[in-house]
Amino acid sequence: MSLHIPCPNCGSRPVEEFLYGEISTVPDSITDADARDVDRAFMHNNPEGAQIERWFHVFGCRRWLTMRRDTRTDEVIGTSWRGY
Amino acid sequence: MVIVGGGGHGLATAYYLATRHGITNVAVLERKYIGAGNSGRNTTIIRSNYGIPEAVRFYQRSLELYQSLEAETERWVMHKQKGLLNLAVSEASLRTERARAAVNAAFGARTDFVTPKECKEICPQLDLTGGGVWPVLGGSYHHEGATARHDRVVWAFAEGAMRRGVHVHQKVAVTGLMKEGDKVTGVETTAGPISAKAVVGAVGGHVTTLAALAGVRLPIRTHPLQAFVTNHYELAFNVIAASPPLLFYMSQTARGEMLIGAEIDRQPSYSYRSGYHFLQNCSQRALTLFPFMRNLRVLRQWTGVCDMSPDYSPIMGLTGVEGFYVTTGWGTWGFKAIPAGGEQMAELVATGKVPELIAPFALDRFAKDRTMADRGSAGTH
Ligand SMILES: Cc1cc2nc3c(=O)[nH]c(=O)nc-3n(C[C@H](O)[C@H](O)[C@H](O)COP(=O)(O)OP(=O)(O)OC[C@H]3O[C@@H](n4cnc5c(N)ncnc54)[C@H](O)[C@@H]3O)c2cc1C
Ligand SMILES: [Zn+2]
Repeated sequence: MSLHIPCPNCGSRPVEEFLYGEISTVPDSITDADARDVDRAFMHNNPEGAQIERWFHVFGCRRWLTMRRDTRTDEVIGTSWRGY
Repeated sequence: MVIVGGGGHGLATAYYLATRHGITNVAVLERKYIGAGNSGRNTTIIRSNYGIPEAVRFYQRSLELYQSLEAETERWVMHKQKGLLNLAVSEASLRTERARAAVNAAFGARTDFVTPKECKEICPQLDLTGGGVWPVLGGSYHHEGATARHDRVVWAFAEGAMRRGVHVHQKVAVTGLMKEGDKVTGVETTAGPISAKAVVGAVGGHVTTLAALAGVRLPIRTHPLQAFVTNHYELAFNVIAASPPLLFYMSQTARGEMLIGAEIDRQPSYSYRSGYHFLQNCSQRALTLFPFMRNLRVLRQWTGVCDMSPDYSPIMGLTGVEGFYVTTGWGTWGFKAIPAGGEQMAELVATGKVPELIAPFALDRFAKDRTMADRGSAGTH
């Protein structure tokens, strides 16, 4: 079965109803301003494991939700409305 | 030298180090079995009909190396030239195919712009009306489009390298990198440490994790890509057919199965789970142009995890960390690139100089605002 997302409003719905939103973060270890810009524009954390991400329920309640997912298994660890 | 990852790119790099540069003190470390990654999961399409000069040149080199691979390695990889037909079903995609034919001709790939009538002659199974929804407006025909059996390609490079003294270790995972100051000097593995003058990361979708050990950040996101085969159809589908705007492509395997692929899953993931939605969407689109497949059944479906780059071009070479190289950004399109990718990476590691053919695909292109945008060509296969 493909990934299902438990929308706090609509319940468990197939991933095709949602838009993915990455939360990109530039590591503090990068201090040079230009290097931070390049990182923000192009680089990804792309973790193998738990990741916090945002999803927009396009074909549903049309709200953004926050979700924690294990990218190795697609197991959904939790969702909430709250920001991050 | 140590090469991390026993996929096509890692093994081809080892093969060319041994055969072109006489460097055989090389270990290829593979945590599962060789070809366990995308090199044993792809839909085996080889072509050079890309959309930007740098890519056409590079992939044409790879296509030509594939044409002589059986003679060179003395191994049958089931290489077969079939021709590749790109079908345009919108004005925009028609313009893209016309531009593709022109840029291909200019930079060494044989591609013709073709009319709907010619499309039908090349591929008689095609429904030119597109089920009344997506009429075919024309397309491009890439004469040298080909396929080869993916795991045989992996084995040919592995055997060729091993015969010359390269060590290929299966079930050995790299778990860390050894460092002296800022320099990478070897690897930590599940079988103990190995010191090395150069470490080449060729780990497909897992490259972010490996590069992080060297302190290198990459513009890569890992996405699943699915494909499926049908049951047997008469051996009469002789061309590779693709429709970039409809995001699917297909060919017939030597066993007679129709082999069909499409675009990546939208969410980044390392999961190998396949899904029904993909089958439904992809077959629906394929059926508009190829209604004969209505009578076929789905036999198997599978997934690989792909190292997607933001400009849909590969990332090869230096990383900014001495002793550590990567070949990545192969996304959904890197099988065809295995021979040239290996050849060029071997030259880089052996000579220390970046070969001209891959210089445009360096990691630092992102910082320099020199991205190699070619999504319309790399898109799906
Ligand atoms: C469904 C599908 C269809 C495709 N179709 C096409 C196509 O038609 N044409 C085309 O050109 N391309 C296609 N591709 C893309 C192509 O398969 C890949 O780009 C290519 O195989 C990448 O080869 P690689 O050697 O870089 O990676 P891989 O073949 O993935 O090899 C990487 C290896 O590294 C190993 N590894 C990972 N981490 C470690 C570690 N820490 N230590 C040791 N080993 C490790 C893995 O086990 C794996 O075997 C397709 C891909 C998929 C998934
Ligand atoms: Zn909702």
